[in-house]
Amino acid sequence: MQRNVLEYLEQTVRKVPKKIAYADEKMGITFEEVFHQSRAIGTYLQEQGHYREPIVVFMGKHPRTIVTFYGVIYSGNYYVPIDDEMPRHRIELIFQSLHPKAVICDEETGKLLETFPYHGKVYFYEEMITSPINDKLLERTRDRQIDTDPIYIVFTSGSTGIPKGVVACHRSVIDYIENLSEVLQFNENTIFGSQTPLYVDACLKELYPTLKFGATTYLIPKTYFMFPLKLVEFLNEYKINTICWVVSALTMISAFGALEKEVPRYLHTIAFGSEVFPIKQFNRWKKHLPNTRFVNLYGPTEATGMSCYYEVNREFALDEVIPIGRPFNNTEIILLDENNQEAKFGEVGEICIRGTSLTLGYYNNFEKTEEVFVQNPLNKAYPELIYRTGDLGKYNEQGELIFVSRKDNQIKHMGHRIELGEIEIVANGMEKIKSACSLFDHDKKKIILYYVGEVTPAQVATYLKEKLPRYMVPNVIEALETMPLTANGKIDRVLLKNKYNQK
Amino acid sequence: MEKIVEILKGLHPEVDYDTCETLIDDKIIDSFDIVTLVSDLSDEFDITIPVEEIKPENFNSAKAIYAMVERILDEE
Repeated sequence: MQRNVLEYLEQTVRKVPKKIAYADEKMGITFEEVFHQSRAIGTYLQEQGHYREPIVVFMGKHPRTIVTFYGVIYSGNYYVPIDDEMPRHRIELIFQSLHPKAVICDEETGKLLETFPYHGKVYFYEEMITSPINDKLLERTRDRQIDTDPIYIVFTSGSTGIPKGVVACHRSVIDYIENLSEVLQFNENTIFGSQTPLYVDACLKELYPTLKFGATTYLIPKTYFMFPLKLVEFLNEYKINTICWVVSALTMISAFGALEKEVPRYLHTIAFGSEVFPIKQFNRWKKHLPNTRFVNLYGPTEATGMSCYYEVNREFALDEVIPIGRPFNNTEIILLDENNQEAKFGEVGEICIRGTSLTLGYYNNFEKTEEVFVQNPLNKAYPELIYRTGDLGKYNEQGELIFVSRKDNQIKHMGHRIELGEIEIVANGMEKIKSACSLFDHDKKKIILYYVGEVTPAQVATYLKEKLPRYMVPNVIEALETMPLTANGKIDRVLLKNKYNQK
Repeated sequence: MEKIVEILKGLHPEVDYDTCETLIDDKIIDSFDIVTLVSDLSDEFDITIPVEEIKPENFNSAKAIYAMVERILDEE
């Protein structure tokens, strides 16, 4: 039985040692090089005396960063990716939460690190990879490891603004990668175009299947996501056939009309997630790529990555949402109502996840962990953890799971229970609206709607009055030039709420 | 040109747009800014910016943006 993610690498390097594993525009690195360099890094870290510790990897979006991750795993430690794109304050909070003894840098970030109040060890990638490999040492470490040992910690924003470090282990990652690969049908011919930064769990979708199948991942520079045609040209130049992107990256291409000029013609699989895909934009993609598989993914960082999938196989009306479908194999979704009972079919409940894909919890934070990783209330007989996502869902008539909204977006207003997400779906259905976010002012009992689009608030109000029950029509409607997004590409509700409160 | 600098100042007031020619290369302008810029320029000059004009070299400086707007106005 596989118990370590590195077994993927060790099997693949025997089959396709000279094949490119990870690349960007400037360079590529073969499986053989990944194998060699990561064991050198693993040896180096062990010889420095690190074992079962968080090792911060402070490097940019680059193939050598990925190799460093694997090097940390070889050493029996776990990697914590951070990036110079992160706000300075956030990096400081992460250091406070971890108290790391070692940080790995490249030349650029090494100088930046000097400006932080950090006094532990600093290692450099270039130096570590020249270290002689000690196979005996690495073997001994492997023997001591079990599959519930941590691999990495990634930090999520957390609604309170204090980042929480989610700790994932070999077992949860293997479970996730096996099931995701089955659903998206990855194989040795898969060529990924990676959009997400390396410091979020979203990048697992490309990194580990590349090892498992001997596939290839191209890291797409962030600036390409400002220039739609350049991005499509990149996809075609490298014959990228599979992408797993946040919705906003896909809508950026379609909204500017890039698909009319050039179609990413090798793409046969498009997975998307993290946000609701507005049907208008989705239809544009479908029109230009009629033979491509489109798969909606849903899942929290706390359950390693994605937990549910839905392959789009029918037409959707503009005010409908694409379902999140059904859970991956070896994962179960339980919808719990307010009384911790299973919600009746068709009723809204909190999405709770049961399965091997559950991560270990939040690092150095037992209190927060115990709030959401809880005993399954339907099981009174033996210890069994579920993860409470804080997301609300329900089943539609076809028995497909639908994401409704965040739990904290459910409000009571004028005696009615309202999902702010429903207001957003209706607003997003309006022809000229590009993006919409609804908030609730609990003190003044007002529903607020922020939107981006070339219409006046009065026109939006008229439209919403036709579509929504009176009590759901927002009391305050305001236009924004752009929608603020979090690092994960989701609408930044905390920022919008602050903006509203400051008025 | 003044109008363009004004729009740019609205995004990042601290930049000297007379001399800066690396707005994209130095990551001063990000992807949110591009969306705003394209929409503001379209409104201000009453133009439609075709997707093939949305490329780095057209946004690296106020001068380059100006040249792009002129070109689109001429063609229309």
